[in-house]
Amino acid sequence: MALLELRNLTRRFGNLTAIDNVSLSVEAGEFFTLLGPSGCGKTTILRMIAGFDLPDGGEILLDGKDIAATPPEKRPLHTVFQSYALFPHLSVADNVAFPLRMSKVSEQETRQRVKEMLETVHLADKSDAFPHELSGGQKQRVALARGLVNKPRLLLLDEPLGALDHKLREEMQIELINLQRNVGVTFVFVTHSQPEALALSHRIAVMNEGRVEQMDSPANIYSRPSNRFVADFIGDINMMNAQIDVVDGMQLRLSVAGLGAIVAPAHIETSTGQAGAFAIRPEQVVIGAPDEHAELANRFSGTLRDFLYVGDVTTYKVEVTNGTLIQALLPNAAPGKARFFELGDKVTVAWSSESGMFLHE
Amino acid sequence: MNRERITRWLVSGPPFVFMVVFFVLPALIMVVASFRFPGEHGGLAPMFENGTWQFTLETYQFFFSDFIYTEIFLKSFLIAGLTTVICIAMAYPVALLITRVPKRFRDVMILLVVLPFASNFLIRVYAWMIILGPQSAFSIAINSVVTAFGFEPVTLLFSPFAVIVGMVYVHLPFMVLPLYTNLEKHDPILLDAAQDLGANAWKRFWKVTWPLSLPGVYAGSALVFIPVLGMFAVPDILGGTGDILIGNLIKEQFLGTRDWPFGSMLSIMLTLAVLAIAALAMRFSRKSLSYA
Repeated sequence: MALLELRNLTRRFGNLTAIDNVSLSVEAGEFFTLLGPSGCGKTTILRMIAGFDLPDGGEILLDGKDIAATPPEKRPLHTVFQSYALFPHLSVADNVAFPLRMSKVSEQETRQRVKEMLETVHLADKSDAFPHELSGGQKQRVALARGLVNKPRLLLLDEPLGALDHKLREEMQIELINLQRNVGVTFVFVTHSQPEALALSHRIAVMNEGRVEQMDSPANIYSRPSNRFVADFIGDINMMNAQIDVVDGMQLRLSVAGLGAIVAPAHIETSTGQAGAFAIRPEQVVIGAPDEHAELANRFSGTLRDFLYVGDVTTYKVEVTNGTLIQALLPNAAPGKARFFELGDKVTVAWSSESGMFLHE
Repeated sequence: MNRERITRWLVSGPPFVFMVVFFVLPALIMVVASFRFPGEHGGLAPMFENGTWQFTLETYQFFFSDFIYTEIFLKSFLIAGLTTVICIAMAYPVALLITRVPKRFRDVMILLVVLPFASNFLIRVYAWMIILGPQSAFSIAINSVVTAFGFEPVTLLFSPFAVIVGMVYVHLPFMVLPLYTNLEKHDPILLDAAQDLGANAWKRFWKVTWPLSLPGVYAGSALVFIPVLGMFAVPDILGGTGDILIGNLIKEQFLGTRDWPFGSMLSIMLTLAVLAIAALAMRFSRKSLSYA
């Protein structure tokens, strides 16, 4: 039985349907992420699981029991808020002890568990400090410790890394993964940042306009997006309107207006004549001199229009014959080499027949 | 002197001069007066007479020679303390309510809180004389209940009860406003967090809202406690003959018996007592204020 199950969950605000018939289940021990742009309803779902908002339809089951009638303080789960919501009048130790004191754990055991928890999050030396004396990352860790100290069935995390700077965020991501593995608590994580979701999660539900667009492992979400929204939202992707000319076993022949034929693998149910989009990740596209990459099935000539050097890689934008800009990612493996081509160069973009995918409208 | 310093002096100079002329100097005059002899027909005797300076500790000795004055002090502090506690209990729900209503109602409610200031203070206190008077509907209603339980009818007016009612009434806005200012700044997410971590409504109030509001409680308490200590009009109008407070005593020295040295001494004792309490309160509250 799933630990948490949402069945046909619906929430309306006036005429707006914020959550539209969402069903999903989270297994015990899982790191589950709700990913989507702001306003997609992911935080509303989190608030309903926590009990701060009530659904207009559907059920929320925890361990198989509907928790609709249970007030937030009685639900065996905790939330880590984006703003941390640490109590400013309490020391770090007292903040972490708060949930234990609320559930009337003995003072001796409280002290012991607070100490252990603070050690787990590497804050043992800060137990007497007050929240305003802590850095953002430290506050974050106190909030996590407070949420985990009395071993909830479920920890809800509402964009917990949103307020941290880039470097700290990456550090905290690694800590978060380790922490979740060590304490064995199920995490339901909400974020709008797709790299964060890909890095942290066991499974991701990609949400848009109150609906779940795709629910799968990070690798599958990235390499097999189920529709244009997911493909576009997760990572960078080149997308062109395309039509299926021939379905040949596991291979598709597509035609793209003004460009020509593309050979692509068939991952999804398709039939001849269907219109949709051809999508391919920039890292699957190679770029070379006009005579290079003759061995690849898909090969187009174009003009280099733009490039973006970000240190480890350079993204090139090549304008092909129909005016589309195709992005190609090239690692700057040679030290000090910032770019291989100059603006205006005639180049070839190419990719193998195994790369890319066809997406339905 | 550079321009910035000139500006600083121009801005802070006038209030500084004002405080010196109208606060520090009178206070000093009062300190000196408390060591002087009363004049034959009231007021003060000359400071320099018959070739010697005329100073004395008589007034201070007199204060401690009769326990009645200490008793009046203690009673005044008791009434002020009681008034403060009642004000906190009454103002807190009001202030909390104002922070919870939609924003467009807040200004109206604040206006209602300060509206009594629009009419004269004495008139408002006299109004309580009518409300608490023996023929008032209020008194009759109270006494019909009291007698129904078999007790003697009570007199509301001219009693310590009436004094406290008047004091609370007059000073309630001074408690509501600082409390509201404090409560309004609380981040509502903290209550969500407390609830999420297992706190019911009662615990959420006592573990989060109340400790965070202490700076407001202290500010309001200072604004109520200190003026109540010096208040003479309310006990004059609503209190009985036995309900004399420090304020009445001091007023009497200047306007009645015209014993200025004694009145000055009483004022200084009152100031010292208030300062002592303030120092204690600051020591006590420093910890809880440090995070604010």
